[in-house]
Amino acid sequence: MHELSICSSIADIARRRAEGRAISVINVRVGQLRQIVPDTLVYCWSLISEQTPLAGSRIVVESVPARISCRSCGQTADLGDLPSFACAGCGGIDVEIVAGEEFLITSLELADEGEGG
Amino acid sequence: MGRFHRHEDGTEHAHDDDGHGEDHSGYQTGAERVEVLERIFGENDKTAAANRAAFAASGVRAVNLMSSPGAGKTTLLRETLSRLAGLVRIGIIEGDIETSLDADRLAGFGAAVALINTGNGFGGECHLDAPMVASALPRLPLGQLDLVLIENVGNLVCPAEFDVGQDARAMVYAITEGEEKPLKYPVMFRSCELVVVNKMDLLPHLDFDLDAFVGNLRTVNPAAEVLFASARTGEGVGAWCDWLRARL
Repeated sequence: MHELSICSSIADIARRRAEGRAISVINVRVGQLRQIVPDTLVYCWSLISEQTPLAGSRIVVESVPARISCRSCGQTADLGDLPSFACAGCGGIDVEIVAGEEFLITSLELADEGEGG
Repeated sequence: MGRFHRHEDGTEHAHDDDGHGEDHSGYQTGAERVEVLERIFGENDKTAAANRAAFAASGVRAVNLMSSPGAGKTTLLRETLSRLAGLVRIGIIEGDIETSLDADRLAGFGAAVALINTGNGFGGECHLDAPMVASALPRLPLGQLDLVLIENVGNLVCPAEFDVGQDARAMVYAITEGEEKPLKYPVMFRSCELVVVNKMDLLPHLDFDLDAFVGNLRTVNPAAEVLFASARTGEGVGAWCDWLRARL
Protein backbone atom coordinates (compact mmCIF):
# COMPACT_ATOMS: atom_id res chain seq x y z
CA MET A 1 0.00 0.00 0.00
CA HIS A 2 2.63 2.51 -1.01
CA GLU A 3 0.19 4.06 -3.45
CA LEU A 4 -0.79 6.72 -0.91
CA SER A 5 2.68 8.16 -0.58
CA ILE A 6 3.13 7.82 -4.32
CA CYS A 7 -0.03 9.88 -4.84
CA SER A 8 1.45 12.59 -2.64
CA SER A 9 4.49 12.70 -4.92
CA ILE A 10 2.25 12.81 -7.98
CA ALA A 11 0.28 15.70 -6.45
CA ASP A 12 3.50 17.64 -5.79
CA ILE A 13 4.71 17.20 -9.35
CA ALA A 14 1.32 17.93 -10.88
CA ARG A 15 0.85 21.12 -8.87
CA ARG A 16 4.30 22.37 -9.78
CA ARG A 17 3.94 21.63 -13.48
CA ALA A 18 0.39 22.99 -13.76
CA GLU A 19 1.54 26.37 -12.45
CA GLY A 20 -1.80 27.20 -10.92
CA ARG A 21 -3.94 25.96 -13.79
CA ALA A 22 -6.70 23.44 -13.10
CA ILE A 23 -5.95 19.83 -14.02
CA SER A 24 -8.48 17.37 -15.37
CA VAL A 25 -6.32 14.33 -16.10
CA ILE A 26 -2.88 13.17 -14.97
CA ASN A 27 -1.42 10.61 -17.36
CA VAL A 28 0.88 8.16 -15.61
CA ARG A 29 3.02 5.45 -17.20
CA VAL A 30 3.62 2.38 -15.04
CA GLY A 31 5.92 -0.48 -15.96
CA GLN A 32 4.88 -4.06 -15.17
CA LEU A 33 7.81 -4.43 -12.77
CA ARG A 34 6.65 -1.49 -10.73
CA GLN A 35 4.51 -2.91 -8.02
CA ILE A 36 1.82 -0.34 -8.48
CA VAL A 37 -1.78 -1.52 -8.57
CA PRO A 38 -3.56 0.79 -11.02
CA ASP A 39 -6.96 0.53 -9.32
CA THR A 40 -5.39 1.28 -5.95
CA LEU A 41 -3.54 4.24 -7.41
CA VAL A 42 -6.78 5.63 -8.81
CA TYR A 43 -8.56 5.07 -5.51
CA CYS A 44 -5.77 6.62 -3.45
CA TRP A 45 -5.76 9.59 -5.76
CA SER A 46 -9.40 10.29 -4.91
CA LEU A 47 -8.44 10.26 -1.21
CA ILE A 48 -5.37 12.42 -1.60
CA SER A 49 -6.91 14.97 -3.94
CA GLU A 50 -10.17 15.33 -2.01
CA GLN A 51 -10.67 18.83 -0.63
CA THR A 52 -7.65 20.14 -2.48
CA PRO A 53 -7.51 22.17 -5.69
CA LEU A 54 -6.81 18.82 -7.42
CA ALA A 55 -10.20 17.40 -6.44
CA GLY A 56 -12.07 16.12 -9.47
CA SER A 57 -8.93 15.36 -11.43
CA ARG A 58 -8.26 11.79 -12.47
CA ILE A 59 -5.25 9.58 -12.86
CA VAL A 60 -5.13 7.59 -16.07
CA VAL A 61 -2.69 4.70 -16.07
CA GLU A 62 -0.81 3.48 -19.12
CA SER A 63 0.68 0.05 -18.37
CA VAL A 64 3.93 -1.02 -20.00
CA PRO A 65 4.78 -4.74 -20.29
CA ALA A 66 8.19 -5.82 -19.10
CA ARG A 67 10.70 -6.82 -21.77
CA ILE A 68 14.06 -8.44 -21.34
CA SER A 69 16.94 -8.58 -23.75
CA CYS A 70 19.48 -11.42 -23.61
CA ARG A 71 23.10 -10.31 -23.57
CA SER A 72 24.19 -13.72 -24.82
CA CYS A 73 21.99 -14.33 -27.86
CA GLY A 74 20.42 -10.90 -28.31
CA GLN A 75 16.83 -12.07 -28.22
CA THR A 76 14.33 -9.59 -26.84
CA ALA A 77 11.01 -10.83 -25.48
CA ASP A 78 8.16 -9.94 -23.17
CA LEU A 79 8.63 -11.19 -19.66
CA GLY A 80 5.10 -12.52 -19.44
CA ASP A 81 3.12 -13.24 -16.33
CA LEU A 82 5.47 -15.69 -14.67
CA PRO A 83 8.57 -13.67 -14.11
CA SER A 84 11.39 -15.86 -15.24
CA PHE A 85 14.27 -13.57 -15.97
CA ALA A 86 16.02 -16.21 -18.05
CA CYS A 87 16.13 -15.86 -21.84
CA ALA A 88 13.39 -17.88 -23.51
CA GLY A 89 15.64 -18.33 -26.53
CA CYS A 90 18.91 -19.68 -25.14
CA GLY A 91 18.18 -20.04 -21.43
CA GLY A 92 20.83 -17.45 -20.62
CA ILE A 93 20.48 -15.59 -17.35
CA ASP A 94 22.50 -12.53 -18.26
CA VAL A 95 19.57 -10.39 -19.32
CA GLU A 96 18.86 -6.71 -19.35
CA ILE A 97 15.46 -5.27 -18.53
CA VAL A 98 14.68 -2.98 -21.43
CA ALA A 99 11.11 -2.05 -20.47
CA GLY A 100 8.82 -2.44 -17.50
CA GLU A 101 10.52 -0.30 -14.87
CA GLU A 102 8.96 3.00 -15.97
CA PHE A 103 7.13 5.08 -13.44
CA LEU A 104 6.51 8.62 -14.52
CA ILE A 105 3.97 11.31 -15.15
CA THR A 106 3.85 11.66 -18.91
CA SER A 107 1.47 14.59 -19.21
CA LEU A 108 -1.25 16.67 -17.66
CA GLU A 109 -4.49 17.58 -19.33
CA LEU A 110 -5.68 20.94 -18.17
CA ALA A 111 -9.31 21.71 -17.42
CA ASP A 112 -10.94 24.28 -19.63
CA GLU A 113 -10.97 27.73 -18.16
CA GLY A 114 -13.78 28.25 -15.73
CA GLU A 115 -14.21 24.52 -15.24
CA GLY A 116 -12.51 24.36 -11.88
CA GLY A 117 -10.27 26.01 -9.40
CA MET B 1 -10.32 -1.90 -18.44
CA GLY B 2 -11.86 1.51 -19.13
CA ARG B 3 -9.43 3.43 -17.00
CA PHE B 4 -6.37 1.69 -18.38
CA HIS B 5 -5.21 4.06 -20.95
CA ARG B 6 -2.92 2.14 -23.21
CA HIS B 7 -1.06 3.85 -25.99
CA GLU B 8 1.36 1.96 -28.15
CA ASP B 9 2.96 5.21 -29.18
CA GLY B 10 3.81 6.48 -25.72
CA THR B 11 3.05 10.01 -24.68
CA GLU B 12 2.37 11.60 -28.01
CA HIS B 13 -1.30 10.80 -28.09
CA ALA B 14 -3.66 13.71 -28.52
CA HIS B 15 -7.08 13.39 -27.04
CA ASP B 16 -8.82 15.67 -29.44
CA ASP B 17 -8.37 13.30 -32.35
CA ASP B 18 -7.81 9.78 -31.15
CA GLY B 19 -11.32 8.81 -30.21
CA HIS B 20 -11.14 8.80 -26.44
CA GLY B 21 -14.34 10.76 -26.24
CA GLU B 22 -16.16 8.48 -23.84
CA ASP B 23 -13.23 7.96 -21.52
CA HIS B 24 -12.76 11.68 -21.25
CA SER B 25 -16.39 12.64 -21.00
CA GLY B 26 -16.85 16.08 -19.59
CA TYR B 27 -13.72 17.46 -21.14
CA GLN B 28 -13.78 19.64 -24.16
CA THR B 29 -11.72 18.63 -27.10
CA GLY B 30 -8.73 20.85 -27.52
CA ALA B 31 -8.10 21.08 -23.77
CA GLU B 32 -4.53 22.07 -23.21
CA ARG B 33 -2.03 19.33 -22.54
CA VAL B 34 1.23 19.79 -20.67
CA GLU B 35 3.99 17.33 -21.37
CA VAL B 36 5.67 16.36 -18.11
CA LEU B 37 7.81 13.21 -18.46
CA GLU B 38 8.92 13.43 -14.85
CA ARG B 39 9.83 10.42 -12.74
CA ILE B 40 7.49 10.04 -9.79
CA PHE B 41 10.29 8.82 -7.53
CA GLY B 42 12.46 11.77 -8.54
CA GLU B 43 12.22 13.56 -5.19
CA ASN B 44 12.82 10.36 -3.25
CA ASP B 45 15.83 9.52 -5.38
CA LYS B 46 17.28 12.99 -4.92
CA THR B 47 17.08 12.55 -1.15
CA ALA B 48 18.49 9.03 -1.47
CA ALA B 49 21.50 10.44 -3.31
CA ALA B 50 21.97 12.98 -0.50
CA ASN B 51 21.80 10.17 2.10
CA ARG B 52 24.33 8.18 0.10
CA ALA B 53 26.63 11.20 -0.01
CA ALA B 54 26.23 11.71 3.75
CA PHE B 55 27.18 8.08 4.42
CA ALA B 56 30.14 8.32 2.05
CA ALA B 57 31.34 11.60 3.57
CA SER B 58 31.59 9.85 6.95
CA GLY B 59 33.17 6.73 5.52
CA VAL B 60 30.10 4.70 6.46
CA ARG B 61 28.62 1.84 4.47
CA ALA B 62 24.86 1.38 4.62
CA VAL B 63 22.95 -1.85 4.11
CA ASN B 64 19.20 -1.87 3.58
CA LEU B 65 17.87 -5.03 5.20
CA MET B 66 14.46 -6.18 4.03
CA SER B 67 12.16 -9.15 4.63
CA SER B 68 8.63 -10.24 5.39
CA PRO B 69 7.34 -9.57 8.89
CA GLY B 70 8.71 -12.22 11.21
CA ALA B 71 11.52 -13.52 8.98
CA GLY B 72 14.06 -12.79 11.68
CA LYS B 73 15.69 -9.46 10.82
CA THR B 74 15.75 -8.20 14.38
CA THR B 75 17.04 -11.48 15.81
CA LEU B 76 19.75 -11.56 13.16
CA LEU B 77 20.67 -7.96 13.97
CA ARG B 78 20.91 -8.72 17.71
CA GLU B 79 23.24 -11.59 16.96
CA THR B 80 25.19 -9.39 14.55
CA LEU B 81 25.64 -6.59 17.08
CA SER B 82 26.74 -9.08 19.69
CA ARG B 83 29.34 -10.69 17.40
CA LEU B 84 30.70 -7.51 15.87
CA ALA B 85 30.90 -5.53 19.13
CA GLY B 86 34.36 -4.01 19.37
CA LEU B 87 35.13 -4.91 15.75
CA VAL B 88 32.72 -2.81 13.72
CA ARG B 89 31.05 0.38 14.89
CA ILE B 90 27.43 -0.11 13.91
CA GLY B 91 24.44 2.20 13.83
CA ILE B 92 20.91 0.95 13.30
CA ILE B 93 18.03 2.69 11.59
CA GLU B 94 14.95 0.83 12.68
CA GLY B 95 11.77 1.19 10.67
CA ASP B 96 8.49 0.06 12.14
CA ILE B 97 4.93 1.05 11.48
CA GLU B 98 4.19 1.27 15.21
CA THR B 99 5.92 0.65 18.56
CA SER B 100 9.55 0.67 19.61
CA LEU B 101 9.53 -3.08 20.34
CA ASP B 102 12.22 -3.94 17.79
CA ALA B 103 14.35 -0.94 18.73
CA ASP B 104 14.04 -2.01 22.38
CA ARG B 105 15.27 -5.49 21.48
CA LEU B 106 18.33 -3.93 19.89
CA ALA B 107 19.13 -1.66 22.83
CA GLY B 108 21.96 -2.61 25.14
CA PHE B 109 24.37 -3.85 22.48
CA GLY B 110 26.33 -0.63 22.31
CA ALA B 111 25.00 0.37 18.92
CA ALA B 112 23.31 3.69 18.22
CA VAL B 113 19.69 3.02 17.28
CA ALA B 114 17.48 5.56 15.51
CA LEU B 115 13.85 4.51 15.39
CA ILE B 116 11.51 5.65 12.63
CA ASN B 117 7.84 4.98 13.25
CA THR B 118 6.18 5.13 9.88
CA GLY B 119 2.62 5.06 11.26
CA ASN B 120 2.28 8.84 11.44
CA GLY B 121 1.21 9.30 7.88
CA PHE B 122 -2.31 8.67 6.67
CA GLY B 123 -2.73 4.90 6.82
CA GLY B 124 0.87 4.39 7.89
CA GLU B 125 3.71 3.58 5.58
CA CYS B 126 4.72 0.04 4.81
CA HIS B 127 8.30 0.91 3.85
CA LEU B 128 11.11 3.32 4.56
CA ASP B 129 11.69 5.99 1.99
CA ALA B 130 14.67 8.27 1.56
CA PRO B 131 13.24 11.28 3.45
CA MET B 132 12.48 9.04 6.44
CA VAL B 133 16.04 7.77 6.50
CA ALA B 134 17.29 11.34 6.09
CA SER B 135 15.30 12.30 9.18
CA ALA B 136 17.07 9.57 11.16
CA LEU B 137 20.60 10.52 10.15
CA PRO B 138 21.01 13.43 12.62
CA ARG B 139 20.26 10.95 15.40
CA LEU B 140 23.22 8.74 14.48
CA PRO B 141 26.85 9.71 15.18
CA LEU B 142 27.85 8.95 11.59
CA GLY B 143 31.40 10.22 12.11
CA GLN B 144 31.97 7.52 14.72
CA LEU B 145 30.47 4.63 12.74
CA ASP B 146 31.66 2.14 10.14
CA LEU B 147 28.37 0.58 9.17
CA VAL B 148 24.69 1.53 9.26
CA LEU B 149 22.17 -1.27 9.08
CA ILE B 150 18.77 -0.06 7.96
CA GLU B 151 16.09 -2.45 9.14
CA ASN B 152 13.24 -1.79 6.78
CA VAL B 153 9.56 -2.37 7.51
CA GLY B 154 8.64 -6.03 7.19
CA ASN B 155 7.06 -6.26 3.75
CA LEU B 156 8.03 -7.99 0.49
CA VAL B 157 6.53 -5.37 -1.81
CA CYS B 158 6.98 -1.69 -1.03
CA PRO B 159 10.52 -1.51 0.39
CA ALA B 160 11.88 -2.76 -2.93
CA GLU B 161 10.52 0.34 -4.66
CA PHE B 162 12.30 2.95 -2.57
CA ASP B 163 15.98 3.77 -2.77
CA VAL B 164 16.94 5.05 0.68
CA GLY B 165 20.60 5.74 -0.14
CA GLN B 166 22.02 2.35 0.82
CA ASP B 167 25.20 0.86 -0.60
CA ALA B 168 23.69 -2.60 -0.74
CA ARG B 169 20.38 -4.32 -0.28
CA ALA B 170 20.08 -7.63 1.53
CA MET B 171 17.13 -9.81 2.42
CA VAL B 172 16.39 -12.13 5.26
CA TYR B 173 14.17 -14.96 4.10
CA ALA B 174 12.67 -17.51 6.48
CA ILE B 175 12.24 -21.04 5.17
CA THR B 176 8.80 -21.04 6.82
CA GLU B 177 7.73 -18.72 3.99
CA GLY B 178 7.75 -21.51 1.41
CA GLU B 179 9.58 -21.99 -1.87
CA GLU B 180 7.57 -19.76 -4.19
CA LYS B 181 7.97 -16.27 -2.80
CA PRO B 182 10.76 -15.30 -5.26
CA LEU B 183 8.30 -15.88 -8.11
CA LYS B 184 5.54 -13.95 -6.36
CA TYR B 185 7.73 -11.02 -5.32
CA PRO B 186 10.36 -10.91 -8.05
CA VAL B 187 11.06 -7.21 -7.69
CA MET B 188 12.11 -7.61 -4.07
CA PHE B 189 14.25 -10.69 -4.70
CA ARG B 190 15.80 -9.12 -7.76
CA SER B 191 16.74 -5.96 -5.88
CA CYS B 192 19.02 -7.78 -3.42
CA GLU B 193 22.70 -8.59 -3.60
CA LEU B 194 22.41 -11.10 -0.78
CA VAL B 195 19.66 -13.36 0.52
CA VAL B 196 20.14 -14.76 4.00
CA VAL B 197 18.01 -17.89 4.18
CA ASN B 198 17.08 -17.96 7.85
CA LYS B 199 15.52 -20.39 10.33
CA MET B 200 17.52 -23.26 8.85
CA ASP B 201 17.25 -25.01 12.24
CA LEU B 202 13.60 -25.66 11.35
CA LEU B 203 14.41 -27.49 8.12
CA PRO B 204 13.89 -31.02 9.52
CA HIS B 205 10.41 -30.04 10.68
CA LEU B 206 9.16 -28.50 7.46
CA ASP B 207 8.26 -29.67 3.97
CA PHE B 208 10.38 -26.82 2.64
CA ASP B 209 12.23 -27.82 -0.55
CA LEU B 210 15.49 -25.91 -0.31
CA ASP B 211 16.61 -26.73 -3.87
CA ALA B 212 13.30 -25.56 -5.30
CA PHE B 213 13.59 -22.30 -3.38
CA VAL B 214 17.11 -21.66 -4.60
CA GLY B 215 16.00 -22.51 -8.14
CA ASN B 216 13.16 -19.99 -7.90
CA LEU B 217 15.52 -17.39 -6.51
CA ARG B 218 17.95 -18.02 -9.36
CA THR B 219 15.10 -17.60 -11.85
CA VAL B 220 14.53 -14.01 -10.77
CA ASN B 221 18.01 -13.11 -9.52
CA PRO B 222 20.81 -15.29 -10.88
CA ALA B 223 23.48 -13.04 -9.40
CA ALA B 224 22.35 -12.94 -5.76
CA GLU B 225 24.63 -14.36 -3.11
CA VAL B 226 22.91 -16.85 -0.81
CA LEU B 227 23.79 -17.65 2.79
CA PHE B 228 22.09 -20.25 4.94
CA ALA B 229 21.65 -19.29 8.55
CA SER B 230 19.78 -19.61 11.77
CA ALA B 231 19.83 -16.44 13.80
CA ARG B 232 18.49 -18.58 16.66
CA THR B 233 21.29 -21.15 16.76
CA GLY B 234 23.96 -18.90 15.30
CA GLU B 235 24.54 -21.14 12.27
CA GLY B 236 25.68 -19.06 9.31
CA VAL B 237 25.67 -15.80 11.25
CA GLY B 238 29.45 -15.68 11.03
CA ALA B 239 29.26 -15.80 7.23
CA TRP B 240 26.73 -12.95 7.29
CA CYS B 241 29.04 -10.93 9.54
CA ASP B 242 31.92 -11.66 7.15
CA TRP B 243 29.79 -10.45 4.25
CA LEU B 244 29.12 -7.20 6.11
CA ARG B 245 32.78 -6.72 7.02
CA ALA B 246 33.85 -7.35 3.44
CA ARG B 247 31.81 -4.33 2.42
CA LEU B 248 33.68 -1.92 4.71
